[in-house]
Amino acid sequence: MAYYKSYVMVWIALIVLTGATVGVSFLNLGLWNAAVALVIASTKATLVGLYFMHLRHEIKLVIGFALFPLLFLALIIIGTLSDTMTR
Amino acid sequence: MASKEKAGKGAPVAARLGIWTFLATELLLFGGLFTAYTVFRITYPDLFHQEHLKLNRLLGALNTVVLLTSSLSMAVAIAAIRQGKKRLMQAGIVLTLVLAAAFLAIKYMEWTEDFARGLYPGSNLFFGLYFVMTGLHGLHVIFGMCVMLYLVVQGQRNRFSADYHTPVEITGLYWHFVDLVWIYLFPLLYLIG
Repeated sequence: MAYYKSYVMVWIALIVLTGATVGVSFLNLGLWNAAVALVIASTKATLVGLYFMHLRHEIKLVIGFALFPLLFLALIIIGTLSDTMTR
Repeated sequence: MASKEKAGKGAPVAARLGIWTFLATELLLFGGLFTAYTVFRITYPDLFHQEHLKLNRLLGALNTVVLLTSSLSMAVAIAAIRQGKKRLMQAGIVLTLVLAAAFLAIKYMEWTEDFARGLYPGSNLFFGLYFVMTGLHGLHVIFGMCVMLYLVVQGQRNRFSADYHTPVEITGLYWHFVDLVWIYLFPLLYLIG
């Protein structure tokens, strides 16, 4: 029972965060709009990963497999930007 | 915790490592598109701003809610089968399927609206990325629906129990990943374009 309850709580948090990010998008904050949207999206992604994808109870090896690809993604984006931004 | 998990619940470690490895390749597949988005968003900020306003923010938000809810029903299905509750698992997967279909239906409406207004993949850089990214994501939704349909059939044949339900766990992880991609696509395309 405890599981279902925590899933519903996470779902409520995800819906509230979705509402928040839509609300903020109507304000004009300049560059902060993108920053706020990305922070909220990452918070949502963390919730999904930790609770729905069970990373909260996962063994270290699997957590490593889940997080390591993020380094590659960062490498690709930063590596590409370091080229295109300096042309 | 780890030893407790091995006792009947959850998928074997090898299966979890396998699906996470697959998800790593998926992340990099979408990652290429996210990189393209980042580069062009920085290079042509005005174009992106002007074009993203043409998207229907409300339908995008609605679709986000639909997909988040489908993740919840999937999580419930897995929690259910871990306790051997087969009917609740079936109900959870069927609900996930219905929500996935609703997501695609809303997406279809959006694309129809875009086409009607003369917005095509070749219209400009923003809409090129928009159609490719949401299209690739949509294909993942369709693939997930096929797998879930298979799960429902297998469930009907009584193939899953508290002791064995690895396919359900693995499909769940895939489905949550599809949700994760949308969690980023929605703000990037609809909100801050």
